[in-house]
Amino acid sequence: MNRNSKYIKGLKDGVPIGLGYLSVSFSFGMLAVNMGLPIWSAVVISMTNLTSAGQFAGIGIIAAGSPMVEMLFAQFIINLRYSLMSVTLSQKTDKTMTLPHRLLSSFFITDEIFAVASGQPEDVGCRYMYGLGTAPFLGWSLGTLLGAVAGSIMPDPLRSALGIALYAMFVAIILPPAKKSRPLITVIGVSIALSCLLRYLPLPVKLSGGTVIIICAVAASVLGALIFPVKEDETA
Amino acid sequence: MTVSTGRLLAYIAVMAGVTYLIRMLPITLIKKKINNRFIKSFLYYVPFAVLAAMIIPDILFSTASVWSAVAGLLVAVILSLLGAKLLPVAAAACGTVYVVEFLMRTLK
Repeated sequence: MNRNSKYIKGLKDGVPIGLGYLSVSFSFGMLAVNMGLPIWSAVVISMTNLTSAGQFAGIGIIAAGSPMVEMLFAQFIINLRYSLMSVTLSQKTDKTMTLPHRLLSSFFITDEIFAVASGQPEDVGCRYMYGLGTAPFLGWSLGTLLGAVAGSIMPDPLRSALGIALYAMFVAIILPPAKKSRPLITVIGVSIALSCLLRYLPLPVKLSGGTVIIICAVAASVLGALIFPVKEDETA
Repeated sequence: MTVSTGRLLAYIAVMAGVTYLIRMLPITLIKKKINNRFIKSFLYYVPFAVLAAMIIPDILFSTASVWSAVAGLLVAVILSLLGAKLLPVAAAACGTVYVVEFLMRTLK
């Protein structure tokens, strides 16, 4: 494939993600404005962060006027999972991924973009990553703007229905490969069980959503690696 | 909200800076292929574990009612197992939530 067709392939693969992002970023934009943030700031946050959980936590910290160090720590914990994805992608890049392209394309690492990129049969190059990031970036930014401007115009039933969109996409990402794989079913099951336990057990300290995800990811993946080490040809 | 524009920009800079560094540093610093079987296995399982923990239990509270969310989740699981793609699965789950909540309002 030439360079353009790789960009186009990435662009196509990213369209479902971009559409999925529209509804979530729409609700982010509405929430930010409801919390008293100016419309421009909600859009700037989305364009510079491109992440859901971190942004939702961030506008809460801004609205509360909390110390800057709390923002730093919260973002670090909530988004630490991206470093795991970045490590994984570092093992899956082709020779077009030079330093400048790594610096730029790593900005687009999100849960969904990572899932699609790491699911590619071949190593990914910079053109594909830029293509893959385009629609999600536009969808995330545009959705935020629309949400911030539209405020609460959207009727509640529609907003509620759109709330499940991204989670349903997650389901569609992890279940098909897991269907015939006992190791994957085990890892997914352990992660889900831990996630519920950590959130509903009366723990002495309240763990943030980001922390829970990190603990589940590390514990379930270590368990999977110990019990079911993958064969050479299965890994990325 | 009483935050000044300058402080608002500082918050945004911290948010964006931390998030970018977390994404950028590993893929930039790690150039060699990792051959350790344990690490490779671990990294293979991470996305599945992350997404699973993000779905459950949060999906149950992503809509106006736990019951519509359960219905949407079931539809998403069934369609995924049948091999449907991301967008149809998401659209069907949204449609299910909308219909279930409509019925709940109507039958109440």
